[in-house]
Amino acid sequence: MNTNGNIYGLMAEFGNDQEILAATRSAYDHGYRKMDAFAPFPVDGLPEALGRKKTAVPIIVLAGGISGCLGGYFLQWYAAVVSYPQNIGGRPLNSWPMFIPITFEVTILSAAFAAIIGMLALNKLPLPYHPLFNVPEFERASSDKFFLCIEANDPKFDLKETRRFLQMLKPELIMEVPTGE
Amino acid sequence: MTSEPSASDNAALEQRTPLGYPARLIAPGENLESITETIGSIVLKPHQRQPKAWFFAAAGAFTCLMMFFVAIGWLLYNGTGIWGIGIPIAWGFAIVNFVWWVGIGHAGTFISAILLLLHQKWRTAINRFTETMTLCAISCAGLFPLLHLGRPWVAFWMLPYPDTMDLWPQFRSPLVWDMFAVGTYFTVSLIFWYCGLIPDLATIRDRATTRGRRLIYGILALGWRNSATHWQRHQMAYLLLAGIATPLVLSVHSVVGMDFAVAMVPGWHETIIPPYFVAGAIYSGFAMMLNILLPIRWLYGLHNIITPRHLNNIGNIMLVLGNMVAYSYIIEEFMAWYSGDIFEESTMADRSFGPYGWFFWALIVINILVPQALWSRRVRLNPVALFCVAFSANVGMWLDHFMIIVVSLTHDFTPSVWRMYYPTFWDWATMFGSVGLFLTLILMFVRFLPLIAISETREHAAKK
Repeated sequence: MNTNGNIYGLMAEFGNDQEILAATRSAYDHGYRKMDAFAPFPVDGLPEALGRKKTAVPIIVLAGGISGCLGGYFLQWYAAVVSYPQNIGGRPLNSWPMFIPITFEVTILSAAFAAIIGMLALNKLPLPYHPLFNVPEFERASSDKFFLCIEANDPKFDLKETRRFLQMLKPELIMEVPTGE
Repeated sequence: MTSEPSASDNAALEQRTPLGYPARLIAPGENLESITETIGSIVLKPHQRQPKAWFFAAAGAFTCLMMFFVAIGWLLYNGTGIWGIGIPIAWGFAIVNFVWWVGIGHAGTFISAILLLLHQKWRTAINRFTETMTLCAISCAGLFPLLHLGRPWVAFWMLPYPDTMDLWPQFRSPLVWDMFAVGTYFTVSLIFWYCGLIPDLATIRDRATTRGRRLIYGILALGWRNSATHWQRHQMAYLLLAGIATPLVLSVHSVVGMDFAVAMVPGWHETIIPPYFVAGAIYSGFAMMLNILLPIRWLYGLHNIITPRHLNNIGNIMLVLGNMVAYSYIIEEFMAWYSGDIFEESTMADRSFGPYGWFFWALIVINILVPQALWSRRVRLNPVALFCVAFSANVGMWLDHFMIIVVSLTHDFTPSVWRMYYPTFWDWATMFGSVGLFLTLILMFVRFLPLIAISETREHAAKK
């Protein structure tokens, strides 16, 4: 029997943000990498404690903004100069000052779409089912409890060894997360 | 348990900022669990335990909404002739209401974006609510230009797309800018609102007791599981959305203002119009927020989360903005005199002493003089007084737009075309109908979605 076969990971419950931060740091120092922490609000320093680097969200938003800016201006330039030129008082067809407001609006619009879609895509959401939802206590991650989950596919993961390690962190509870298969 | 908060309430009253104002963001005795409970239970309580007042308010709002539908139906059947508009007053109530509603929609993103960037932590208690108010107000606003088109079914001609008529919108026209500005503002506000709502929807999902609710809130929460990695990206996206929404807020009413400033009508053709419209917009947005938020705070007992400090800060901001509007009035009069332009001077004189003169003086009283009461701390901390001042400013801003838009049109260059403007029954029905739409949307939101940002409030409670 494969000991880790139907286990997604081991999860420990903590009562406040300082405890989860300390626990995550020591798990990282202990060599665990495939793990995630869960908190009812963003805890300062927690992603860094998990070894996460900066996110790619800003680059995506910048790319969205720049393409919106160019696209918005191109739209107006194409319509006013190429497709449907109109002579208004002998003024230049490419009357760029008048194109600024819409260029600005389209820039903002594309950047906003890039922000939300980029964030959700990087988070791999929407994802209606996740093994963590099999644990009844996990519901409190959205209210007042903090969780650290070490995944079974971490190279250092060993059911007994990892459980002993988690016990050392003095959590309120330790739970096995079934894969649900 | 019950005696504990009252004892610490006294302590909270003593705790003050250096300027002597109440310092508490959250009342003492609130913790992570109680915040979830306080805010989440409003959504999850069964119908029987919902406040009775909600049902009465919803019934009233829904009646107005039905009137709105009737008014729109009659308009589509007959055309815009059922309104009091004509030549030279081609822009009547529809445009006044449009500008008014867009303005009301400004408080939300101002509070959410600008105050977030300025690290004003007190915004947390009110940002979700005002963002929603923004969405509802922009929904009302967006309808008016469409209805005013006369043929709303060809509204899509305003969109730039390669059509079979081989035509493009006139991109040099502020009216086209307006469509882009308001459309972008609505979309970005919606994205910003939803981005902040995702973790709270997950909270409601996890607290929901019935299968139907778990399913609906579960779908809306997109499977959010409060992972620290997800929070990191979420916070970054939220911050960037705030950053890009900030210039957007200032641009929207500027563009609306340019609808007027670019036109040649005396009373419209002024460079001060865009910034003056922005100040007036945020002013009316804060006023409407107080008019809706104060009753809801009382109805659902949210005094622990929307504390006196919030009321005080909102009052302060309203006072500043109200005085910016007053300054704009003074500059408008001054520039009319300083320009030496006979038409500008005539319009300004007509505004104060012409047939609509009493509108102007009423405007000065309710929009400028009454809000001066906010200098008093006792008024700012008294919900009833604050409600009355806000209501006055709300009506005042509507009168302001009426004065700019309609009164200027009644008195343009040639005396032979001067006319009076008389609204018809259908003008009023459409206007109050849109209030019905606004209130219906707000009441539905209050009932079905968390009206305060739960995760952000929790953050304050944890750091307390």
